[in-house]
Amino acid sequence: MVKGQFSWKDYDAGNTKHEWDLQKIHAAHKVLTEFKYDKNKIEKGFANKTLYINLTTNEIKEKPVTDDMKKKFTGGRGFGLKLLWDSIQPDTRWNSEENDLVITTGPLCGSTQYPGSGKSLCLTVSPSTNIVCDSNVGGYFGPYLKFCGYDALEIQGKAKEDVIIVIDGEASVIRIETAPLEEINTHLVSEQLTYMYSSKDDERSRQRVSVVSAGHGAENSYWGCLNFSFWDIRRKVARLKQAGRGGLGTVLRDKKIKGIVARVDKFTGVENAPENPEAAAKVGTKIQKEIRDLDRYQCNMRQVGTAHLVEIMDAYDLLPCENYRFGSFPKAPKIYSMKFFENFTRVIPDGCWHGCTMACAKTVDSFEVMTGPYKGHRVTVDGPEYETVGCGANMSLWDPKWIIEFNFYCDTYGIDTISSGTAIAYYMEMFEYGILNKERCGGLELAFGNFNAVMQFLHRMADGDTDEFIKVAAKGIRRVKDWLKSKNWGDHQLIEDAGMESKGLEYSEYVTKESLAMQGGYGLTLKGPQHDEAWLIFMDMVNNQIPTFKDKAEALHYFPMWRTWFGLNGLCKLPWNDVEPANNAETNDPSKVPEHLNNYVEYQNAVTGWNINKEELILQSERAYNWQRALNVWMGRGQRRDDWIPYRSMGPVTELEYVSRQERYDKQLAEIMNKPLEEIEKMDVGKKVKLLYDHRRNQYQILSDAVYMRRGWTQNGVPTPVKMKQLGFADEQKMLDFLAKKIQEDEENGLNEWGGVYSESEEKPSKERRYWESW
Amino acid sequence: MLIINSKEVIWKKDETISLLLKRMNFVFPMIVVKINGRLIKKDKYSTQLINDNDEISVIHMISGG
Repeated sequence: MVKGQFSWKDYDAGNTKHEWDLQKIHAAHKVLTEFKYDKNKIEKGFANKTLYINLTTNEIKEKPVTDDMKKKFTGGRGFGLKLLWDSIQPDTRWNSEENDLVITTGPLCGSTQYPGSGKSLCLTVSPSTNIVCDSNVGGYFGPYLKFCGYDALEIQGKAKEDVIIVIDGEASVIRIETAPLEEINTHLVSEQLTYMYSSKDDERSRQRVSVVSAGHGAENSYWGCLNFSFWDIRRKVARLKQAGRGGLGTVLRDKKIKGIVARVDKFTGVENAPENPEAAAKVGTKIQKEIRDLDRYQCNMRQVGTAHLVEIMDAYDLLPCENYRFGSFPKAPKIYSMKFFENFTRVIPDGCWHGCTMACAKTVDSFEVMTGPYKGHRVTVDGPEYETVGCGANMSLWDPKWIIEFNFYCDTYGIDTISSGTAIAYYMEMFEYGILNKERCGGLELAFGNFNAVMQFLHRMADGDTDEFIKVAAKGIRRVKDWLKSKNWGDHQLIEDAGMESKGLEYSEYVTKESLAMQGGYGLTLKGPQHDEAWLIFMDMVNNQIPTFKDKAEALHYFPMWRTWFGLNGLCKLPWNDVEPANNAETNDPSKVPEHLNNYVEYQNAVTGWNINKEELILQSERAYNWQRALNVWMGRGQRRDDWIPYRSMGPVTELEYVSRQERYDKQLAEIMNKPLEEIEKMDVGKKVKLLYDHRRNQYQILSDAVYMRRGWTQNGVPTPVKMKQLGFADEQKMLDFLAKKIQEDEENGLNEWGGVYSESEEKPSKERRYWESW
Repeated sequence: MLIINSKEVIWKKDETISLLLKRMNFVFPMIVVKINGRLIKKDKYSTQLINDNDEISVIHMISGG
């Protein structure tokens, strides 16, 4: 052992120990259904079966994974879309009996040769958006699900009482059991179930168990996340990763699931059965070495995780401060990454799946909880990641410990830090304007920077508080906007413009005012404003690489198609571009990291035995992407009106914001209006805010025109039958017929028209209005 | 006058790439610098001087998200 190292057996995380009578808790279970199965041998990344469970009828069955399914949907998120299409109806809502909660793997998920190969993709009809939401997550559950013999798990129906689902790959049996005595909050129930279902009382056995759960917050809000556990044998604690976006945990608890347990008898480095393990290992070794050697000089993810972005975003005026009003803040250095590094346990390398050298999952061990039901307990907190720290800035919480506390309770209550943090920041701004006040907030002084009010809000929400504000606020910004307007408590335009949601989902943590392309990266998306489709701020705002609408549209085609690919395969995106080869700068297109792109082609071929090239790799994504868009349209959304974004993400809503960056905006207005700067400087600020408002809203419409055309959609954002046939869906007649009918209806309603207002010098994307007919 | 990422910036005598990056507050570590289309390696940033009228690309890799 190297000097300074110590055996994992000797490490004590210093957390509060729990004394549970697990035998008594287990004895209270009643087995509702048991399903014995023959475990498929995994071949080339696929188990070739999916698992279907209906909690209303207690039916458990298997569905085959066909070659046609692989060809059209590849795997992972694509499989989830296919299963949902087969199960739901256009009017299915999050709490409908038939809504599916799907957890998928992907052909590369569970590999250990390449970093970031442990991701699951989870899908359901979201309470926030009423359309399908996908969310990715690390942890061991996805790989274990596949090692148990299934490429995906599909749960339909609702249990009558609290249950757990046990997928026992060791005994090849699946059970639905009542679970009356288990805890619900995640940091407790995941530990209870891990101890209860590990085959032996030792760390290695506990490591072979993974639990999916959500807490009381998920029950009482639309922000429920899924917590995926991975047992840390050094800390002896169930660590957590989250499928955060879109309220999947809310659906889990609506189905009365306390936990889903997967247990495997063993796992090896080649459990995913790659066709060519040597080739997979060769390409993996190359990137592993690259991360080991270069990360410290690049993003330093191995030391501080994604929190390295905090100081970068602050420097470029992109860190959301006080509900995205500002992009930097004098107090921001108090929450820079090194402030969290001081709290992280630094002696233990971290990763949320085996073989990931990036190891960006950081923890704070023995954190003493300051508020709420666990006050005084010492716990391990996973994170905080950049987005959670960004929420701190947004709520004006400038103490790392406050952010860690917020992180802990969001996790254990099973709520998304992003949605809750962004929403609370909005409520705080409304509080500042007097649109909300203490009386209207159920007694909470929800002012910027009030940590105690934030925590009280979370605790009361998780506790099921019936105060009107708490109940509406827990459903997110969209519902609060409608509520505030119905009460006539403030200026309706201000209420709409300041709340950072689109499609009903809250924004993640980047300021986009100066990047039109990134406004599209948030708005022209499938599930809502999450940055996982495209992150174009540097490319657009700083590098000035995509100055025209056509350039931006190309980026808003390529990057979403490329980034979707990770979710089809069960991969993490971070090793693609959060580290780069030493010679990346010398390549023709360094933004795409060409060497890594080639790695992924080789990696997928090595595991699956396919023979794809990089163009076909994009095609895999394009199929799934268009299918999901078509699914959105089928559910009554996914059109131009649904892609609209709040003005706060386009420009300064208030005079305060304008004045805070006056030099910038005055200069822009001078260019737009072709007037001398001195003349603009003398203008009334309110008038300048309005001029910019009209200009930028139109810019967004023109961008939408260009993007829809580049993606092969109509001006209303609808994928065409021609496009779908080109992608390989020629035999999906039900979908093709629906799209043809919808486009005809749009034509009759005048919706197949350009959305932007074009000046004489500006060209529309096409001279043909019905360009999509002959695409 | 310099052109940096297609925008005009005042030229300063005896300014190296390192100093220019500092002036512009370009703190992101994963960047590519080209002067008049010629790639400049990182180890030259502290010595490579910038001339008046140079056209400079400071390409920030995407990262993030």
